[in-house]
Amino acid sequence: MLEVKHLTKSYQKDKPALTDISFSVEPGNFLAIIGPSGAGKTTILRSLNQLIKDDDGQILLDGSDIRSDNKAQLRKHRRQIGMVFQNYNLVERLTVIENVLHGRLGYKSTLAGMFGIYSEEEKKEALELLDKVGLKDFALQRCSELSGGQKQRVGIARSLIQHPKVILCDEPIASLDPASSHTVMHLLKQLTIEFNIICVANLHQINLAKKYADRIVGIRQGKLVFDEESSMLSEEILETLYDQTISKELE
Amino acid sequence: MSSPIKFLAQKHRKQTAIIAVIGSIYVLSSWILNFDSFSGFTAVPKAFTWLGVNFFPTSESVELLPRIWQKLIETVALAVSSTVVAAIIALFVAILGSKATGINNYVHVIVRGIASFFRNIPLVAWAMILLFSFKQSDFTGFLALLLMTVGYLIRAFMEIIEDEASETMMALKATGASYFQVIFQAVLPQIMPSLISWVLYMIENNVRDATLVGILTGTGIGFIFDLYFKSFRFDAVGMTILAIIIVVIVLEVLSNQIRKVIL
Ligand SMILES: Nc1ncnc2c1ncn2[C@@H]1O[C@H](COP(=O)(O)OP(=O)(O)O)[C@@H](O)[C@H]1O
Ligand SMILES: [Mg+2]
Repeated sequence: MLEVKHLTKSYQKDKPALTDISFSVEPGNFLAIIGPSGAGKTTILRSLNQLIKDDDGQILLDGSDIRSDNKAQLRKHRRQIGMVFQNYNLVERLTVIENVLHGRLGYKSTLAGMFGIYSEEEKKEALELLDKVGLKDFALQRCSELSGGQKQRVGIARSLIQHPKVILCDEPIASLDPASSHTVMHLLKQLTIEFNIICVANLHQINLAKKYADRIVGIRQGKLVFDEESSMLSEEILETLYDQTISKELE
Repeated sequence: MSSPIKFLAQKHRKQTAIIAVIGSIYVLSSWILNFDSFSGFTAVPKAFTWLGVNFFPTSESVELLPRIWQKLIETVALAVSSTVVAAIIALFVAILGSKATGINNYVHVIVRGIASFFRNIPLVAWAMILLFSFKQSDFTGFLALLLMTVGYLIRAFMEIIEDEASETMMALKATGASYFQVIFQAVLPQIMPSLISWVLYMIENNVRDATLVGILTGTGIGFIFDLYFKSFRFDAVGMTILAIIIVVIVLEVLSNQIRKVIL
């Protein structure tokens, strides 16, 4: 279980980017974080694997606090947390399978990892996962030759080979066309259930959040404004998150 | 707010003033240099005719070709070796100094400063300074080219790392990869094409510069250029220049081919 308690962060003094954010997610659940841009969604997600050092609070993964990790502990925590990016963040010059295998680096000795030496099982698993995301025949293709949707599926395979407890997705479909967006969202939803993992995704699209997420957390100006089961939320309520006049009233 | 008409009139006056200033600078400087403008201009075609006649390679100068060729190869080797060694040093320093992969911001600022220092001292000055310690030798030329190239490449490599590798680095860091794994698996593969492209460019440049340095250090093609020139063997000088031009063009074509393949 992932529990976030009283998470707080400001980049500059007296300008809080996050104020007292708390929520929790159970394995097998898909949580969508929605909110206007600049609300603090990326900051939340990157705090969860400590790519950003937050200021205060707790981030508990199955009870152990990531925030109090030393370097070695953090590395162990990070390999249990996959991450999927808006711009895929693949090494474009390398092949698809090499990029998938990068997900194993956290488990390898420094030298084996540096020179990309992987075991037969790891390679076999990479191929199985590529099959799972529908890219079986692309293993030896360079990533630069793939479409956006295909790249994102490579990114998902890279996170799955980490055997993650959590997958964090920062606007995973913001650079994709509607058809690929649905493919990717569907895949994420299906894998969340199949592998019983926690999926946390920042999304812009309210309709997709409602369709695929089990729960939706709304963020505005660094504050959590609702945390509900997605079936309980009407689109009208969700849209208030983006309403300019309501934003002003809250200030 | 000034009206558009006023604005245009002002702009017009400004342009006239600028032209007047440039004109008077020209007049003033030619007066200081004792430079007669008209004879200066009319001399240009004459100078070219003189060059064309005197520097034209003759059958005698063709006989010098093996010697010129040998020296030219020495010079190209000097340029290539100094650039390659510079690239290795620069890559190492750039990784330590870049904002994305570096140690911290102090190191970043210091590395930038050092790179700028090496880059901004003219090559000729480097060669002259090094002549004191290392005398006239290939090594002096090697070192002069090396130092200047290191200055250029550190800055180029740092910018390449910051621009091209930051995002993939973050992805691998998030998987739990260690620092050296991130450098080898994400940063190096990602920046390799741009890096090679820069090295090729510096090799092209350094072949030209190595000629110049050779005049000072008394080595390579620069040396025989200087030798023929001072002994008034202008046909041989012409031959040497021709050979240099051909080699530079061949190198350029070659490196463009390599770029096409790797990019
Ligand atoms: N590196 C940074 N330095 C300073 N301010 C930042 C930085 N990153 C984000 N911010 C600020 O923090 C707030 C939240 O940003 P972010 O988490 O990226 O929002 P979102 O992902 O919801 O668009 C914004 O006001 C943004 O300007
Ligand atoms: Mg964001």
